[in-house]
Order: sequence, then C-alpha cells, then structure tokens
Amino acid sequence: MADTGVVEALLLGLEKAEDGVDSLELSSSLGVEHQVVVGAVKSLQSVGEVISAEQRSSKHWQLTEEGVEISELGSHEARVFECIPVEGLLQSELMKLPFGKIGFTKAMSNKWIRVDKTSEGGPLIFRSVQTIVDQVREKLLNVLNGKDAELEEKEKSELKKRRLLSEVTVKSYWITKGSSFSTTITKQETELTPEMIVSGNWKDNKFKPYNFEAMGVPLDCGHLHPLMKVRTQFRQIFLEMGFTEMPTNNFIESSFWNFDSLFQPQQHPARDQHDTFFLSDPALTLDFPQDYLQRVKKVHTEGGFGSQGYKYEWKVEEAQKNILRTHTTAVSARMLYKLAQQKFTPVKYFSIDRVFRNETLDATHLAEFHQIEGVVADYDLTLGDLMGVLHQFFTKLGITKLRFKPAYNPYTEPSMEVFSYHEGLEKWVEVGNSGVFRPEMLLPMGLPEDVSVIAWGLSLERPTMIKYGINNIRELVGHKVNLQMVYDGPISSDGRGLPLFTA
Amino acid sequence: MPTVGVKRDLLFKALGRSYTDEEFDELCFQFGLELDEITSEKELISKEQNDSKAAGASDVILYKIDVPANRYDLLCLEGLVRGLQVFKNKLEAPRYVRVSPVSGQPQKLIITKETAAVRPYAVAAVLRDITFTQERYDSFIELQEKLHQNICRKRSIVAIGTHDLDTTSGPFTYTAKPPSEICFQPLNQTKEFTATELMSLYRTDSHLKHYLHIIEDKPVYPVIYDSNGIVLSMPPIINGDHTKISLKTKNVFIECTATDLTKAKVVLDTLVTMFSQYCSQPFTVEEAEVVYPDGKTCLYPELPYRKEKLSGEFVNRKIGINESTETVAQLLTRMCLLSKLTGVGDQIEVEIPPTRSDIIHACDIVEDAAIAYGFNNITRTTPRSYTVATQFPLNKLTELLRQDVAAAGFTEVLTFALCSKEDVGDKLGKKISETGAAHISNPKTAEFQVARTTLLPGLLKTIAANKKMPLPLKLFEISDVVLKDKSKDVGARNSRRFCAVYYNKSPGFEVIHGLMDRTMQLLGVKPLRGEGYHIQAAEDSIFFPGRCAEIFVDGKSVGRLGVLHPNVVTRFELTMPCSALEMDIEPFLGQSAEALLTLDIPMQGVFKNKYLTQEGVRPDQRAPLTSTKTVFGDLSSPAGLAALDSYLSDKSYVEGFMATQADTAMFDALPSAPCPTLCHLSRWYNHIRSFQTERTHLPTVKKELVLPLTDEDHDDDDIDLFGSDDEAENEEAERIKKQRLAEYEAKKSKKPALVAKSSILLDVKPWDDETDMAELEERVRSVSMEGLLWGRSKLVPVGYGIRKLQIGCVVEDDKVGTDLLEEAITAFDQYVQSVDVAAFNKI
Repeated sequence: MADTGVVEALLLGLEKAEDGVDSLELSSSLGVEHQVVVGAVKSLQSVGEVISAEQRSSKHWQLTEEGVEISELGSHEARVFECIPVEGLLQSELMKLPFGKIGFTKAMSNKWIRVDKTSEGGPLIFRSVQTIVDQVREKLLNVLNGKDAELEEKEKSELKKRRLLSEVTVKSYWITKGSSFSTTITKQETELTPEMIVSGNWKDNKFKPYNFEAMGVPLDCGHLHPLMKVRTQFRQIFLEMGFTEMPTNNFIESSFWNFDSLFQPQQHPARDQHDTFFLSDPALTLDFPQDYLQRVKKVHTEGGFGSQGYKYEWKVEEAQKNILRTHTTAVSARMLYKLAQQKFTPVKYFSIDRVFRNETLDATHLAEFHQIEGVVADYDLTLGDLMGVLHQFFTKLGITKLRFKPAYNPYTEPSMEVFSYHEGLEKWVEVGNSGVFRPEMLLPMGLPEDVSVIAWGLSLERPTMIKYGINNIRELVGHKVNLQMVYDGPISSDGRGLPLFTA
Repeated sequence: MPTVGVKRDLLFKALGRSYTDEEFDELCFQFGLELDEITSEKELISKEQNDSKAAGASDVILYKIDVPANRYDLLCLEGLVRGLQVFKNKLEAPRYVRVSPVSGQPQKLIITKETAAVRPYAVAAVLRDITFTQERYDSFIELQEKLHQNICRKRSIVAIGTHDLDTTSGPFTYTAKPPSEICFQPLNQTKEFTATELMSLYRTDSHLKHYLHIIEDKPVYPVIYDSNGIVLSMPPIINGDHTKISLKTKNVFIECTATDLTKAKVVLDTLVTMFSQYCSQPFTVEEAEVVYPDGKTCLYPELPYRKEKLSGEFVNRKIGINESTETVAQLLTRMCLLSKLTGVGDQIEVEIPPTRSDIIHACDIVEDAAIAYGFNNITRTTPRSYTVATQFPLNKLTELLRQDVAAAGFTEVLTFALCSKEDVGDKLGKKISETGAAHISNPKTAEFQVARTTLLPGLLKTIAANKKMPLPLKLFEISDVVLKDKSKDVGARNSRRFCAVYYNKSPGFEVIHGLMDRTMQLLGVKPLRGEGYHIQAAEDSIFFPGRCAEIFVDGKSVGRLGVLHPNVVTRFELTMPCSALEMDIEPFLGQSAEALLTLDIPMQGVFKNKYLTQEGVRPDQRAPLTSTKTVFGDLSSPAGLAALDSYLSDKSYVEGFMATQADTAMFDALPSAPCPTLCHLSRWYNHIRSFQTERTHLPTVKKELVLPLTDEDHDDDDIDLFGSDDEAENEEAERIKKQRLAEYEAKKSKKPALVAKSSILLDVKPWDDETDMAELEERVRSVSMEGLLWGRSKLVPVGYGIRKLQIGCVVEDDKVGTDLLEEAITAFDQYVQSVDVAAFNKI
C-alpha cells in the first residue's frame, strides 16, 4: 500500500473538487514526487470502484541546457555583437571565444556585423548596426516563464532545431470519484484464512479481486518423455487390436536371426560394415538349431520350398557374426520359428523397441531409433487383409486416407509402402512399410504351407517429430535433449484421436 | 534404392505420348516406381557446386526415378519404357534370342586356372551390328554404371567390360598375373603403365579409387588379352584404351568377370536384353563361347526363359481378389510375364523372361499380378483370427513404474544405448574390461564403441547439456543396458534398469533415498531385512566414500544408490553435488499365469511342414517321444517349470525322502536342463542327474506324476534327450505318416484340428473337520469323463482342523470344462461344500 498520507490527501482533495483532480497538480500542491501520487492512484484502483482514473498525457516545451544558458546570457550572436568594440575585432580573436563560431555565422546572417577582409593583420569585424534585439533570448524567456503559447509553432520548431528547446510529454492521471467513492477505505483482504473461516469474519471482509489475466505458478512436477508417451500410445493401439507384445530386450543379435533367417542374402548392402554395427566381443553366436540352419542354408544356396533360391555360396561364418540388431524383425523371426515348433494357432504380435544402424548421422537420422512392428500369422491371409489391418491401425492414429505403392523388400513379397495424405503438406507422404513374409523365410522354419504372415513397420521418431514440431532429432532423443521441451510437451492424445501425422 | 535419371522429352517420345508431372508420378506410383525429383543438369550442378559452374550446363528436364533394388531391367531408359509400355498394353514384351554368328564361329573367351585365386568367373556376348546415337551411347554407359553400383556391389562381385570388337580379334584369354607383369595403355591414357603403377595412379582418382581395394592385396590381378596380346581390360579396375567403344562402334564384345557366376549371368543378360534393341536384328544377341580351365565350354548369354505353373485360384487367394483365370493371365502378361492357360483346370503357365531374374518364387508372380490389378483396387478386408493380447511382463512393469516415478516428481529422459568406452569405464573410475560391456568392432565415432552397461552416464550427459535449466534437476530413465552373458546364444543379454539422479546445490541423498523407498513401495516390497528390502554401506568408485549403499531385496543385491564421487561429477563436466540410484527391475517381475513369449530358441527344431518332411529330417534323426505333461503342467512351458520349482522348494525329492522312479520320470519329462533362476528345480535336477547310472535300481512308486502321452502329444513331437528304440521308431514313423496324412486331409478341408488341453488344480473344500477326506477323494476321483485325467492330490490345512483336498487333473479343453467338473464334484453334496479352481494352465 502506498503512503497512506498521500492516499488520504488524494481522497480529501477529490471530495472537495467539483469534477476531478489532476495527479500532476496534486503532486505539486502536496509537494510530493509525482510518482508517489501515481502509487496512491494504483493502490486505490486495486480496492474497487473508489476512484476512477484516466490517463492523460500533456506536452509542454522545455529549455535545453544550452537554452537555459542563452536565456541567462543572451544568444550567441548577441554575445558576439556585444563583444565587438567600435574599432573592430580580429576574426581570429573572435573565434577563440566559446560562442564565437556559431554566433559569428548567425550574426552575419542577421547582418548585425560585417567583415573587412582587406585590413592588415587579418580580417577585421565591425558592428554594422547600432542596436540589436535579441529575439532568441526573448523567446526562450517566454518559454521559461510558461508563456510558450505566445510563440508560433514555426518559431518553436526553429528553436528545437537549434537544440535550445525540447518538447516533453508528461503523463498524469485525471482522477474522478468512483461509484463507491468514500474518503475512508476498508483494507481489502488478499486471501481467505483459516481464522476467517473459524471466526466467520469472511462474511464482512472485502477481498482483493484476482487478476485472471496472469499465469498460474509453474508447478514442480515430473514429466514423461515425449517419445515414450507416443510409444505408450502405439502400444495401446496394438493392445486394443489384440496384438501380443514380443520380448525385444535383446539388442545384440546374430546375423543369422537378423538377416539369414529372413532370406536376406549375405551380400545384401544392409549387411555392410557401413550400415550395420558388428561386435568384436561377443563376436560370434555358435548356438543355432542345426536342422533349421541347414534348411536356411539350402534355401539361400539352391532354393527349395518352391523357390529358385539366390544361388550363391552361403557361409555359416557370415551368419555367426554378432551385430546390434538392425530391425526388430529379428525378434519376429525368432517368434515365428518358435511358433512353428508348436501346433499352429493364429497369432498377432507387435513390438516397439530400439534398432541400430551404422549410418551417416544428420538432423533426422541417428545411429539408433525405435521401430514399431506388427505381425499377423494366420491361415490364408491375403494382401487385402494386410491392407485392412493397416487401415484399422492407421485409423486409430487419426489417419484415414491411405494408399499403397508396390515396393521391394528382401524378405517380403508382395511388399507395399504405405502412404498417407498429409493435409498440411497437401501431398502423400510415406508413413510405413509392409508386406507378406516370403515363403523362403517361413517354410524353412516349419510353418504350415497355407499359413501366411503379414507384417508392417514404421519408426517411432518420425511421427513424434511431426507431432511435436521438432526438426532436429537430437533435441528429442539422446542426452542433448532440450529438457524445456520435455517439460512443456503436451500429452500425445487429445481425445480427438491421435493426429500424429496430420497435426 | 537405385535412382535412374532420364531426359523427360526422350522418355515421352519413347512412350509415344506426353504426361503432366502429376500424371507421370501417378503412373510410377502404380507401377512401383517413384518420381523422386524433377530437375535438370544445370540445376543439379548449381545445387552441388555453384551457379557459375552450372552456367553452360543443359537445362533439359531430367526425371529422377527411384527403381526397386531388384529390378535391374528398369535401370535405363530402354528398360523403363519397355516395362511401362507393356504395362500399359501398348507393346508386347519382346522375345530375346541368342543367335550363332553368321561366320559360324562364336567369339571365344578362355579362362585360365590362375583366375581362381582372384576372380574365377567370366561370361561374354556380342552385340552385332548395333547403331549408337549419342543418347543410346550415354544410356549404355550409364546402365553399366548403375549395374556396377547395384547388383555388382561396386564391382566387387561383377565387373563389366565393353569393347569394340572390330579393333581386336579373338580368341580372348582371361587370366591372372602378378601386377608387375601386366602392362598396357589404360582407357583415356596416352602411355602404358604396369598394373602396379596404375594402382598408385588411380589412388587419387575420385571415381576409380573406390575399386582398388578389391584386388589390391591379391598376388595376381585379373586381366583379359586378345589373340595379339593386347589388353582388353584389367577387371574390375579399368579397360584398355585400344578396344574402347565409341559412337561409331558397330560390334560390341561384352565380358563380365565375377566372383559369383549367377550374378555375372544376370548382369550380362540385363545389358544385352536392354541394348540388343538397337541391333540390326533387334533383340538378337550373338553368342560367345567361354572355355573353363577344366576344358568345359559354355555358351553365353544364357537368356533363360523359365516356365512356372500356378493356379488362378492361388493368385486370387493370395491377393484377396476374385478374377477369372483369363484375367489373371492377362494381368501377368502386362508385367512382361507371358502367361497362358494350360487348359488343365485353372492352371496358368507363366513364362519368366531373362530380364526378370527377380522372380524366384510363386509369391513374386503373385505380386506382379497384384501390381497389374492395382494395389489400390484391392478390397481391404480384416483377418478373422481370434487372438488375446498379452503384454510383455517386463514392459508392462516398466510402463507402470515410469508413470509413478514421474508422478514422484522426476522427469523421464531417453538416452542412447551406445556410448564410448570412457563413459562406462574411465569416467566412472572403472576398468572397461571389468564392466562386461559388449564391444562394437566398426564404430564410426567414439560415441559408438560399446553398448552401455549402466544408464548413469546418459543421465549425467543429459544434465551437462541442460545446465541452463533451473535447479534442482530430477531425472530418471527406465531402459535396457547390455551385459555379456555366456548363457545366452548370442553371448550377451539386456538388463532392464531404473536409474535416477538428483542434481542440486546440495547432494540430496535423502531425495534419492526417498525415491528408492517409494519405488519399493510401488513394487510391493517392505522395508525389512531378509524378506523385504534394506540398504547397507558399500564401496563403489562411482560414489563418494561413505556415501554409497547397496540395495538388497530378499537378501540379493539389486543395485546401488549414493552421492556421486566428485571425480565422476567433474569428468561429466558438472559442477554441483549429485546423488543417484541405479537398480535392476527384472527381479520384481511376478509370475504370470499366461503363456509368455521368450527369446530363447530351442536348439532342436520340431516341425510338420510338408516340405520339411519330404526333404528335411531323416527318420534316424527323430528323437523318441516322451511326455512333458505332468501334474504340474507342461514342463516344456515356463508355467509348468515354475509350478514344479515351487513344489520342490521344500522337498528334496518328488516323492518321499529318497530318490525314486518318480524322480527319474519327472527328470525325463524335463525337455532340457532347467534355467538356473529356478533354483529349487535346478538343485533337484543336478541331484537327480547324479543318479543316472543307478536309475534303474531306484525304488518304484505308485503315483503317476508324469502323464502318459496321448495322440496329440505325439503330434507335438516333443524331444527326449535320452535313449532310442529302433522298433518303436519304425512304428512311430509309420504312425507319424498316418498322422500327417490325416492332418493333410484336415488342412485341405481348411479346418485345422486343434486339441487344446489344460492342467487344472482344484481346491475341494469339505463341510467340516469331521468329513472323511479319504472318502471325499475317492468320490472326486470317481468322476470320469472323456478327456479327463486325474493327477496327484494332497490335503492342505485351511484352519480349525479343516483340510481341503487339492487335486490336479488334465483336461481336453473342448471336451471338459471347469464348470462341468465343478458341477460333477459338487454333486457329492454330503461331502463337498465347494469347489474352486486354484490354478488353470494351458498346456
């Protein structure tokens, strides 16, 4: 609360006034700083309709430092005139005076003085009139005495140009009585207290209004990571669709399960040092189901199971090499192999977990990312079934416009890239990859011939980056994450579906 | 995915019409291509270099088209146009023919045995009377480059050499010589070099330097000479200048040298099928004879046409459409797979041309039919299979825990699973050899040297990158680390960890300690020494001495917490005190009644695929069959093992106080040595194994704990690790054959016969302590139904002297239901008060 004395004086002054008072006038009449009065106004405003205050701004002219000097001593040109004796003054002497240079030019243009350039010893200056009127000084004195209205605008701007005058704006309040004006004010309570509730005082108290325009206090809370929130959403979608989660807690995999079992040939570029992380320790896997390994070797080398095979020399040494898995399909291969060792029943599997690529890194690619994968194994599944499942899956993500492009994948045939129409970009964008696993992959595992396995995959990072508007993946994943982004991120679902790709 | 650049106007001229960019994009989409970019040479140069360099370049519009990696026949304008025109029904696929030369004597390429050490295969062919234009010539060179980059795997598998046949004369010799002995004038050079000199010359060549490594270290380099000793080429590096082709060349001799003969043939076939179009006799290719070191001769190119037969119904069924056989044949013909009806049922004979080496299975033919039909014209259907979703228990626990740790005020971060050796070693004051870390052999940077063995470095690095954030920072992560583990097939396993850090002006050990207490509360573990959790002082280089404690749950260490050592803080470029917690969460996984998926692979397979029985396993490899079904459930399932483990937790033997046949029977029922985490079972297993030599002398018992095999069991082909009996095996083989026939019939009728069984444990409660429990048990056992088998029982005290009967049984799901059983037992109402299912396990 501002100085109570000033508040009271203000209220008293206002009561006496007919219409209202000006804060500036009040401050000079009370002999206090204007700011103190402004403080009193603000504090009265906060207690309700006691007063109403309207901001005003008034302009007035003020002398500059130089202007003040001139009002006291006369203008430079007048002072030049004054100091020239009848016998004249050497120009060089005049120029030594502080006002000499400016005053000389002005006095010359006023034709108060003249220069005799022919005299010996340098140009000599003489008065050319007898008397002068120092109008500049007079005008300034007028302003100083508050009679600036007597000056013409042109004159003012002339003086302003000469930096003798400046215009200042003064802000003040025009204070009038409010609807509940009173000279005595009750102190308003800020908050309800336990005492008030017990004593019942709250009934009599007045409470300060809240400022609903302000933000609340930032909470001290924990947060889930945005990518993990989206993972939860995808996980939920799969569970809703009756998919069982695969155990994918094995980052290290043998080339056999990661590539060979999927009928991915050993010379495939994905198996290059440039694309895959190989391990030096533990470097090799030696335990494989031997009979299955032989069938995989056979289907690569010479075909069988209705296939021509790739017809190259398949080496077990290549299959033994340990790697960081390049896709979670390695786990799907293990699960399908295990499924083939039982009496076949239809299954639906999914996983969302990390995979690793030894790729060149850029704003959208890291050496590790999360792969989302769905797999359905059943008798006589069709390409239409794959499209139907994808349609259901993407509908749950808020994506309904889908179309499919034929594609190539070493272990699926037919293979389809999934495109969705992006409303923002107004074009079709690829959102995933899918296909029907090749018989060369399934039959050596021992799955019945009439069982088809359909599968699809997408990355978790890409839709999340689109959703959160992140351009650099490092801000999302890894230790360079922007924690502020984690703190501020919205929950993924907004009840209107999960517009991952369309938002 | 390879990208082919073609001039738009040339493409449209060849296609016989023009398209808007959108129309052409749509056509590509349908055909499985992607119009990746519309550009010009000028634009490309100005993008890659700068505008001034691009000044003189052409602004003819180029289409950059992405082609599937297995379609080598679409890697040039000629192939693209041919494929699209046939697809649009505007052209019939040409027939490629190998012809003998007019002279009667084919060109000869003689391979010497020296090539075996470096590049053993070669194939060759001649394009006779070809007419090049600038565009055709450019396309010819470009296709070779595309093939080199793709199927040839950057020339390492196959290298192509093309020569002006009129400048040289056969027979040609493909041999291998020490580099110093090879000397010739290479393409576009003015003087002769030895091979050794060439290798150093090309070391700085931006294009050729990438191929040097292929032969560099070999004692001999491959080289092809003509009959006058002129060098045609030194594959896979460079051709000779003498035989280079030009626009004026009329007769082209093509040789492909290779380390893989199949791919060499595909490359040669692709090149000649694409460019024989410009020969005076279009689509004819003159043969060349290749003589192998063993004297065998072969004529190339092979230009193989292969015929496959499949049914229209098969194609319809795989795609999910319903088209007539004629239509299916037409669809395939539009994909360059000439197809006709054989007249036998709905059989279609599909001819696979030499251009389509990607077609290796019926499924590839199905895909082409689907493309021709139009992927987006296929009706979207839903598989009808009924499945029940199960969460992976570890992930379920992780999900639940994450939510509550965040609710406790900590913020989740997501750090990399890969890191430097320093991060998990030196910086934490540990020797890398002692961390059990898995090492990566080919990291591109130090950030990817090892898989992390702890989550802590990632969290500390996250703090270091977020120093501007207000304090305190409270972070956590629940994720996997990787540890070497010899018991796993790959030699390593993941371990799920929970790590949290508190970073502030004061260490805040009490906060981390509080989080640990809260976590234990969430996991339902009480603060209690022994049967609960407690912490006790420990030493660890990560933590400040005297400020580190080890967390014990049920007496076992699960992790540590404490105030970080100032050295650790400093090494991670931090300046404030920090306390941390890291613990395993896998020990907190409960038992699940559901059948769960695991990563472990049975090392011996069991299968019933028709192909496999034909060509797979010989009868003598078949193991005899023993049941794994016991009253504890199926011992080949984790649930069964867990049940047996808990049964043995307070017993030395299955029955009584000495080893008996009951133990050996149970031992035999185990499919393999149990996992050491089942400690009671492991202890018993090792003990019983020591009786193997005297097992036949062990006393017999009456109780039947291992359930006999039923027919369905045989079908599961369970494996016994012991013994075999020839006679039984023959019978078995015969029986399996019958079984398979029956199964095949069943499949044909598309009704797979599945016999699902369950093991049930029932609690039967009497009315009072005076009920005769022996009589009660007799009544219960008197219940008999088809598909019901009673197992072991025991009496369990329930209080006030009352005992309940716990009795196991195995039922066939579709014959006996639990309600049926309960009804039958509660019928003895003078004895039985109630019946409850205590455990129900699918077998």
